[in-house]
Amino acid sequence: MSGKRNSIVNILISGVGGQGVMTAAEILSQTAISLGFDVKKTEVSGMSQRGGVVTSHVRFGEKVMSPSVPSGEADILLGFEAAEALRAISQLRPGGVALINSMRIVPPIVSVGIHDYPDHPIDDIRMCDCEVHDLDAGKIAQELGEMRLGNTVMLGAVADHLPFEAKHLREQIVNRFQTRKPELVALNEKAFEAGRQAVSGYAPE
Amino acid sequence: MNIVSQPTTLVKALMSGNEAVARAVWEAGARVACAYPGTPSTEILENLATYDDIHTHWSVNEKTSLEVAIGASIAGSRAFCAMKHVGVNVAADPLMSLTLAGVTGGLVIAVADDIGFSSSQNEQDTRYWGRFGHLPIFEPSDSQEALDMVIDAFTVSEEYGTPVIVRMTTRICHVKCLVGLGDRTVPPGMAFKRDPEHWVMVPQNAKKRQVIQFERDARLAQLSEESTWNSIVGGEDRRVGFVASGPAFMNVSEAFPDAPILKLGFSHPVPVEKIRAFSGTVDSLLVVEETEPLVENALKAESIECHGKDVFPRCGELLPKIISKSVKALQDGAAPTEVATKSKVFPRPPSMCVGCPHLPPYYCLSKLTRKTTIVGDIGCYTLGAGHPWRALDTAISMGASMGMALGMDLGRVDADKKKGIVAVIGDSTFLHMGMQGLLEMTYTHGNVTVMLLDNSTTGMTGGQEHAGTGLDIHGTTAAKVDFEKLCVALGVKPERIHTVDPYELPELYKVMKQEIAKPEPSVIITNQPCVLIDRFESKPPLKVLDDRCSGCAKCLSVGCPAINVTRRETEVRKSGSTFERAWVSIDTTACTGCNLCEYTCAYDAIVPEKRRDNQ
Repeated sequence: MSGKRNSIVNILISGVGGQGVMTAAEILSQTAISLGFDVKKTEVSGMSQRGGVVTSHVRFGEKVMSPSVPSGEADILLGFEAAEALRAISQLRPGGVALINSMRIVPPIVSVGIHDYPDHPIDDIRMCDCEVHDLDAGKIAQELGEMRLGNTVMLGAVADHLPFEAKHLREQIVNRFQTRKPELVALNEKAFEAGRQAVSGYAPE
Repeated sequence: MNIVSQPTTLVKALMSGNEAVARAVWEAGARVACAYPGTPSTEILENLATYDDIHTHWSVNEKTSLEVAIGASIAGSRAFCAMKHVGVNVAADPLMSLTLAGVTGGLVIAVADDIGFSSSQNEQDTRYWGRFGHLPIFEPSDSQEALDMVIDAFTVSEEYGTPVIVRMTTRICHVKCLVGLGDRTVPPGMAFKRDPEHWVMVPQNAKKRQVIQFERDARLAQLSEESTWNSIVGGEDRRVGFVASGPAFMNVSEAFPDAPILKLGFSHPVPVEKIRAFSGTVDSLLVVEETEPLVENALKAESIECHGKDVFPRCGELLPKIISKSVKALQDGAAPTEVATKSKVFPRPPSMCVGCPHLPPYYCLSKLTRKTTIVGDIGCYTLGAGHPWRALDTAISMGASMGMALGMDLGRVDADKKKGIVAVIGDSTFLHMGMQGLLEMTYTHGNVTVMLLDNSTTGMTGGQEHAGTGLDIHGTTAAKVDFEKLCVALGVKPERIHTVDPYELPELYKVMKQEIAKPEPSVIITNQPCVLIDRFESKPPLKVLDDRCSGCAKCLSVGCPAINVTRRETEVRKSGSTFERAWVSIDTTACTGCNLCEYTCAYDAIVPEKRRDNQ
């Protein structure tokens, strides 16, 4: 596969509609662009606005052809929800890095008793050949007073596991909010740093 | 405001295929653009609406959308419309005569195929319209090509006097990559000139146009042979040569970086001679196309030996791994091995939103399923077929519910004589293609109860305005359809029309039972807005008092995602039967305070969140 020859970085972000998966993927893509990479970003979202599964693919390198991360070849899995991370884990390459929000979003199909939520999804993931970091991004966001910060917390979590420095990613988050909602810049920076510190691998600048 | 809506110093931007098409329509100087929303095409017009100096509006359906574009083209302007693949079925009538009549200003139709069924009822291949309608098809393989091809499509449209289809797929529409931008150039346009022989498609005129159409076919075939959109790229390993278009091209070049590929960008008419020459340079020729074998069949008809659907899957996306596995199987002379990976995780189908105004009608319908047949339609409310309601029996296509319900009334056998028949349709779908069905029902004395779920938006595609919301695509006040008056005009008796607040559950249920019992057409309109649009106002949230919750689980049958089960127990009754108890809590951060679940609780366990705190 040219992926290897070309050294393409494959990132998969999985979660549930409404969690900000697509926005996180967009910010990662913008960061890679700002560093001069060719980038492609795609989603498998279906009717995601209605609480369904969302999986974003971000690929960057010298030249990217197919937008989809090949199954079993993701370098990084950014899991926004515990069971969704488990569902996506087979997409990760052996030895890949999984950063997982331990928060659970229980769908009605589980509430009404038709299916069960896995007892210990993150433990199941640990059984796979990969490096696992988990954090409660929902709780961190809640403590900062805004549930919608969850995706920025998760971007913080992945920041020290990318092939570039964390500051580049932070810069893109700041830029995004500076143009849209400047009053939220400081809070997002806080969420980003909280996410970084919540997982091991954090390297203070 | 779109950050790239004006000529700027920005040279490149990260854009989806849909954004790139919008940009191209603007750059090409089109004056009129419209669409009916449909996944995965919706964002094209949403983006176009952020550009100045081009008219954009949401159409009532794809047919009117194309008709507006035809009119604008004949009037001398470049015109554009966008739709999803099934939208072309709706627009097919004007399309099939338009291709005879031709165009004045360039007319481009972007059609988005939903390969992989992300949000559609079928996976039809839009490229067939090229053969059927004698019109050229472009197939971009990324956002940059989407932009360049749309601009080129306007030129081809004008030079050859034909509408042009740009065939997108989900993997083009929703994939973002870097796109180089240009400025807008508006062609001067020609004033409309009376020419009935050209524009009045009565038989004697249409016959003459057919001759012109056949000549045009030949010229377009020549153009396809010469087009740089159809060219050979890739490597020197000549054991296998590929013919590929759209996303499949990207996937082939990833899977076989050393193989030569004849990339089809202008895919109809098929450049047969170019491919014949290419086939002579490779050991074996493989055609990779999503989804139907159109190019393959065209080549076989010209006696060009090739493989296609004998090697690659008939449906779904042709991802790099699928392509390499299929080719390997061909080379090894074995069938491709399917490794089925079964997920341990529960399915997470889409569900209705917390506090959705569709929850109450479906709660009521779920109590009536034994005595009624429920004929559904296309929209968020199609989800009523799922758990916990299971209260939708059919859904075929946009707007089909009322016509089908009439048919189920007329065609019912004796065993179903006493059943009620209910049609469920949303506001946008009612206006799109639904209302003619109601007219036929009143005209033929049908016995159907229509649930018109008016949530004041086009919900499933993300909340677009329509002729019944009172606002246009720019958020400006517009004429608003009065659904009650419209139903009266379509022949429903005024006393058989009821507008109900769906959150008043007992009243809703009473009206539904009353109208189902009446042997004539009734319409029940629910009038509360979608929870995802600006006009929705949520109320203070509710909570569950643990000491009062009996575990009866009745509230779960509402189907609201804010209600979570905290504990389950199986109770064995004296009779030996078992009962599943489930104690619940409410996610107060999500709850909209609609009170629906409170109606189902006989133990007064569901109360306003603040109540006890204040006492």
